[in-house]
Amino acid sequence: MTAADLETVYEALAKQLDAIAQDKRDLFLAKLVLLLSHDLDDASQVLSRIRESAANIDV
Amino acid sequence: MRPAGRSDTDSLYFDYPHFDPPAERDALSDPVPVAIVGAGPVGMTAALALAHEGVRSVLLDAKDTFNDGSRAICISRSSYQILERLGVLAPFLEKSLPWTTGRSFYRGQQILEFEMPDGLSEKFRPMYNIEQQYIEQFLWQAIDREPLIDARWQSRVTGVEDTDDGVMLTVEDLLDRYHMKADWLLAADGARSTIRGLRGLRLKGENHEGRYVIADVQMNHDYPTIRRALFDPDCRRGGTVLVHRQPDNIWRIDYQLRDGEDASDAIREEAVRASVASVLDEIGHSGDWDLEWWSVYSANTLALDDYRDGRIFFIGDSAHIVPIFGVRGLNNGLADASNIAWKLAWVMQGRANAALLDSYTPERRGATLDVFANASKSARFMAPPTAGWQLMRDAALNLALSHPFAGTLANPRQMSPYTYADSPVIAPDDPAFSHGPVPGAPLPGTRVGDGFLSDCLGDGFSLITFDGALERHLDDLDLTIVSLPPASDAAARLAATSSSAYLVCPDAHIAARWAEATPKAVRDAFTLAIAGDTT
Repeated sequence: MTAADLETVYEALAKQLDAIAQDKRDLFLAKLVLLLSHDLDDASQVLSRIRESAANIDV
Repeated sequence: MRPAGRSDTDSLYFDYPHFDPPAERDALSDPVPVAIVGAGPVGMTAALALAHEGVRSVLLDAKDTFNDGSRAICISRSSYQILERLGVLAPFLEKSLPWTTGRSFYRGQQILEFEMPDGLSEKFRPMYNIEQQYIEQFLWQAIDREPLIDARWQSRVTGVEDTDDGVMLTVEDLLDRYHMKADWLLAADGARSTIRGLRGLRLKGENHEGRYVIADVQMNHDYPTIRRALFDPDCRRGGTVLVHRQPDNIWRIDYQLRDGEDASDAIREEAVRASVASVLDEIGHSGDWDLEWWSVYSANTLALDDYRDGRIFFIGDSAHIVPIFGVRGLNNGLADASNIAWKLAWVMQGRANAALLDSYTPERRGATLDVFANASKSARFMAPPTAGWQLMRDAALNLALSHPFAGTLANPRQMSPYTYADSPVIAPDDPAFSHGPVPGAPLPGTRVGDGFLSDCLGDGFSLITFDGALERHLDDLDLTIVSLPPASDAAARLAATSSSAYLVCPDAHIAARWAEATPKAVRDAFTLAIAGDTT
């Protein structure tokens, strides 16, 4: 993924999050993770990404 | 519970019998080989299984009729195999409703249709729905004509003491209080087991979130015998509803109470009627309906550490409480009864070593722990215990509306046959096999001629061979030889060549298998399966 592609995803996600009611954003993100996990088709990679994403949450 | 004005046994479709205490009183205190406490389906099956092995028993129950209400309604293929071996299956097949399919809905839209494993190689369908009263009635009809079973109703056990070679029971009925010595005792007296209490034993485990009401209604409702699960439906936002069809136009409505909903309030008749009406509205039933019976439960996973206490064996709910939606409570209880009955009979008859009885707990408690693992998954999906589980459950259901793969997370996985993995009497697998059923697994279904492999098995141990030479060296062993052609459906299913063999226990679990069987290997495995030499 190029830096430009990443930026495109970043912006689309920000806009979509704003378009969704605040109390539904968790649901939206959880759906997205399930869907992307299915596309990725690699449970162990998803599991390590889950651990990595949980790091520094309270910084 | 039943609607106001109707007694516990005043059913819309079932005539409860009334049983008196024993009329013939002379021999009440005579010693018995086996006493069974609790004449529910598990106790009755144990009595029939012992009688099938030629063992006499006394069956005691404090009640004067069958259990009230439909209770356990889903009977699995493995249970029908047990009932068939006991020769009592015919009325069950005639009355019950077979099913293979489940459908799950989220907010009114179907998100999953699943099929349980089935096919032409299977003699029975994966599941049958039938009210528990009929289960008890059909078992009772077989007991009533069985001279080896002495059934005593209105007979309450109030004491149990160990003796040198058995237990001494204290039994009370309306007429008398008497003692009776039993060599062995099977405690089939249910979730609130008196025997368990008298022995000072406790179930251990956990209680899951969520309480559920089950209500039976009678109605003309046009829908096939398919289990429906409604997640987060309009009629019960935030909850889960299950709908099952039963014989006699009876429908089981199973709905989850909301957090903070008071259970004692929710089981008032008006509350149940209102909840049921909204579910019926949701599933599109607009006609009349009658309320038959209802009850409330919570999802517990509780078990005894050891199902054996000296001369006492706990079978069914007295040993384990499992969540209802795994449909394993009664089914595992019947398997308990079948398992301990043949072992006890073989030990009493000197055909097996007494150590065989110590395989009961690892085999059957193992099956319970397996249910716990699956049921805990189901419970977390049906009633998410925390915010994290709730969010992921909702995400899976919501995603399933557009992407069916996510709907598979809603599959209850009710039909996974259990393999006796930690049994001291099951041989290790032969590493020469790369597939086929492993030792400890139930013998799979397969066609043999016009019938099925299970039809060929003997009453005791069976040796399935594909080579006539092997059996000539095994004449002295207490087993039935089942000779099958090497090129057959059965051979393919069992990954067998002409020199392979399978040793099968009386309860149709595989004791051992060999890619290249020898008489000595069969002899050793048979000795292991009966827990040592009996000579």
